[in-house]
Amino acid sequence: MKAFTYRRADTTAQAATAAIKPGARIIAGGTNLLDLMKLQVETPSELVDINRLPLDKIEETSDGGLRVGALVRNSDLAADSRVRQRYGVLSRALLAGASAQLRNKATTGGNLLQRTRCYYFYDVTKPCNKRNPGSGCAALAGFNRIHAILGASDGCIATHPSDMAVAMRALDARVETVDRAGDTRAIPIAEFHRLPGKTPEIETSLKPGEIITAVTLPPPPPGIQVYRKVRDRASYAFALVSVAAIVDSTRGRIRSVRLAFGGLAQKPWRVAQAEEKLRNAPANTASFNAAADAVLEGTRGHGGNDFKIPLTRRTLHSVLAETTRT
Amino acid sequence: MDENDSINIEITRRTVIETGTTALLLTALPRAALAAGAPDEAGPPPPPATVDLRINGSSHTLTLDPRTTLLDALREHLALTGSKKGCDHGQCGACTVLIDGRRINSCLTLAVMHDGQSITTIEGLADGDRLHPLQAAFVEHDGFQCGYCTSGQICSAVGMLTESRNGMPSYVTEDLTQPAQLTDAEIRERMSGNICRCAAYPNIVAAIKQAAETPT
Repeated sequence: MKAFTYRRADTTAQAATAAIKPGARIIAGGTNLLDLMKLQVETPSELVDINRLPLDKIEETSDGGLRVGALVRNSDLAADSRVRQRYGVLSRALLAGASAQLRNKATTGGNLLQRTRCYYFYDVTKPCNKRNPGSGCAALAGFNRIHAILGASDGCIATHPSDMAVAMRALDARVETVDRAGDTRAIPIAEFHRLPGKTPEIETSLKPGEIITAVTLPPPPPGIQVYRKVRDRASYAFALVSVAAIVDSTRGRIRSVRLAFGGLAQKPWRVAQAEEKLRNAPANTASFNAAADAVLEGTRGHGGNDFKIPLTRRTLHSVLAETTRT
Repeated sequence: MDENDSINIEITRRTVIETGTTALLLTALPRAALAAGAPDEAGPPPPPATVDLRINGSSHTLTLDPRTTLLDALREHLALTGSKKGCDHGQCGACTVLIDGRRINSCLTLAVMHDGQSITTIEGLADGDRLHPLQAAFVEHDGFQCGYCTSGQICSAVGMLTESRNGMPSYVTEDLTQPAQLTDAEIRERMSGNICRCAAYPNIVAAIKQAAETPT
């Protein structure tokens, strides 16, 4: 690890002021940041510890939703009785991620901000436009089994590894932030993560020094909530493809669906047109195929990850068949 | 025990283990080197930080390079070598300890982040010569072969049983709104953060299952 100075923030404003300095990084759970610091992928000169800030509550909102503090640990969010009853897709997605030890540390805000698991991003001897802008992308012609088939660019084909964010995308969550001037904003999760384009090093719409304080969940939409994760091991592995689905149907007819996908892109992937194809549609193979066609519009494999294209279609079929059975 | 005592313990252990040619170097250098990782261009060490840790019921005040992980603080500064360093990246679980009763990977957190908190390691589970029910169950069921992962497995299982008794669900829990029965599938899923390279898994599951039924 490179040398850094360590300080603990006593207020959110103090943290935001400290974090705006070049080289400063906020640390919460630290499960991703410290891992990357050991490999010198991340080399902050200052660590600002926000673990003692009072951002660890889950509260009801006036409209019937929930407001989840940025420091609520993944395990506590998954186990919260309100989340289990009203936002099962979120609880399931959290429980599908990492291990129990990591979930006990990892936070809601940190989960959104975790970096890609691209092998070449982790290997400092290899070119990577995300780690070292302008150096090239070793994944394009390398081992790219885990990489993106949607929304990638010629400079970066990394994926975002979060399960939690995929469920939050299906739930239309909003990310609340504050800056050092005390100005707050609520960023729709659809706009929170950015696609790589020509600047893969810029991964979110956060401004320097802007700090996540909470994630708000609107009231849950009607329907069955499912999180299906396809991975190389039965547990403790990142998604090759995952689907967060909220499906409202009756007697073989779909009323409405929400579908968000993980493992496909640098952000949770959601296609309004696919959901539109399923609105008031019969729950049959033709409808499922039409939705899958819409989701997979514009896919591009890179060799090692070509399998994700049919895998996405099949996983979607399976999830829709399961959730429309009654 | 204060830090000076721990230095003496460390020198004694290291000097015995290492040969005479390297002993002097190791006793003089290990902490900065450990905190920095590879000795390449890590630069001058940052100013030290002081942290109060309550470990297995005893208070310890340590002055550390802020880069020191909790695992290295336990092993290299307090000679509590029961917590093991396997992968050092949160993937194997050998370093699992309990902080305020919750299991975490001690390799993926900095000691300075835990000022004032209570840490339980494998050394703190037994009551004198009376083994913790999970330790006894691991012995009875032969829940290990080489033993390297065992302290992490046991600390993890202690945390897991608390989670389970508190009604925390897992990925394989059928109904999220109902408390889960601790089936073999539940135990395996909940313990997936602890790898056993000897593959003693069937016996580990049996040991945990027995301990789960032991009143605490």
